Amino acid sequence: MYVAIKGGETAIDNAHALLAEKRRGNPAVPELSLTQISEQMALAVDRVMTEGSVYDRELAALAIKQARGDLVEAIFLLRAYRTTLPRLATSEPLDTAAMAVQRRISATFKDLPGGQVLGPTFDYTHRLLDFTLAANGQDVPTPEPADEPLSADLPRVAELLNQEGLIETAEDGEDGPVGDLTREPLTFPAGRDLRLQALARGDEGYLLALGYSTQRGYGNSHPFAGEIRMGEVTVEIVPEELGFPVEIGTVTVTECEMINQFKGSKTQPPQFTRGYGLAFGEAERKAMSMALVDRALRCRELGEEATVPAQDEEFVLSHADSVEAQGFVQHLKLPHYVDFQSELVLVRALRAEAEARAEQEKGSEEKE
Amino acid sequence: MLPSPSDDQIASRRHWMSVLAKSPAARLEELWRDLAEPPAYRFLRRPEIGLTMIRARAGGTGTVFNLGEMTMTRCAVETATGHVGFGHVAGRDTRHAELAALFDALLQDPARHDEISATVLAPLTREQETRREQASRKAAATRVNFFTMAREA
Repeated sequence: MYVAIKGGETAIDNAHALLAEKRRGNPAVPELSLTQISEQMALAVDRVMTEGSVYDRELAALAIKQARGDLVEAIFLLRAYRTTLPRLATSEPLDTAAMAVQRRISATFKDLPGGQVLGPTFDYTHRLLDFTLAANGQDVPTPEPADEPLSADLPRVAELLNQEGLIETAEDGEDGPVGDLTREPLTFPAGRDLRLQALARGDEGYLLALGYSTQRGYGNSHPFAGEIRMGEVTVEIVPEELGFPVEIGTVTVTECEMINQFKGSKTQPPQFTRGYGLAFGEAERKAMSMALVDRALRCRELGEEATVPAQDEEFVLSHADSVEAQGFVQHLKLPHYVDFQSELVLVRALRAEAEARAEQEKGSEEKE
Repeated sequence: MLPSPSDDQIASRRHWMSVLAKSPAARLEELWRDLAEPPAYRFLRRPEIGLTMIRARAGGTGTVFNLGEMTMTRCAVETATGHVGFGHVAGRDTRHAELAALFDALLQDPARHDEISATVLAPLTREQETRREQASRKAAATRVNFFTMAREA
């Protein structure tokens, strides 16, 4: 039960002033600008855009600054700001095959047409702290560009397998209505459209843990990273007043196509099946985790028995959103005085009853 | 009623609208300032900031789903010559949408098309291609060949 409380205005104002002072930190240290955050904390910005579900680097940087670097709080701020803006359009589906690729790798085919492109990756670094970064004003190496750009035609790995018929084909989705979690609440069973939207907005740590669980034996998915690509894709809308598609800009996304062994079912032959992950910015861990969980959640449609947590759609999707989760966990610290008062009365009464009963039993034992 | 535009006209308009939307607002501002005869205009729709829901397809080709939103700004102008231009640009820069709409109007004006095409559209297109090629060449420098280690028989 919630009961309104009064008072504390001054204390709350003072707490917020203290927060503002703490946020600024030592005034002798120069203040961070939003461009510094979006340029140099780029992956934090990417995560806040992905889970905050709004692609806008400057807004995400502002949220990170305001939240003192607490990314879950920043995601909450961005989600809240989002509600103040009108929805002007819905884009045409992104064409990730036409991506201006900055990274593209496959763990399944080493001789991929178009090649394996590492891009700006942490992979193959030694994970040793680099103290040269601790000193300011380091010379930044200038990467030597290749003579030729990448081929414009980088076929999807899934297409290569498809030529042999060894992988399920992703049919062109019917042009039916596309579910939108920002408009209607999630209900179960959820279609793949809603599942993917929920996973795209979902907390990275949570999806990482669930994806990891499917690899450790809570699931039997035998995944391979069929293809991971990162780069810019064009966003296109069809403005009502024009009636033809118009490109409004680009977004950087990371896409992961996970390929999983599938023994086959009554209706389908043995083949590879697919899990899909897509996230704003450079967000490889997120995209990979999402793809693992997407595949696990497809158990129903593939006729697999749901036996592990990652296959439990209601459990997975109901707890994936960090804004909802942190809200419900953190509401516990708000005043619950009346609730608690009634529990206190109840526990005291139960305690008195238990003591009286013990007393009575002791008395009857003595009589025997 | 205006005659409906031909496919070619729509294709070239889509091209320039794309170039204007993807160019940095600061560049559009410079090119606007360089115009010998900036047109008089009025807003049909003042710049408005909002969101576009970005959609994608599972596996790149399958079920359509809502990935997340992005900020965008739209604007409509009419020049003194009666040409109506639209700006639809990613982000929250209202001036960007306004300038995109203005150049869109000018490019539709047969009296100005060639001039604007040469002085605005051509350099912006070139700059965009250069940016894209530079990024691609940097990525291409990280292309690797993995070898599997096979034992000699």
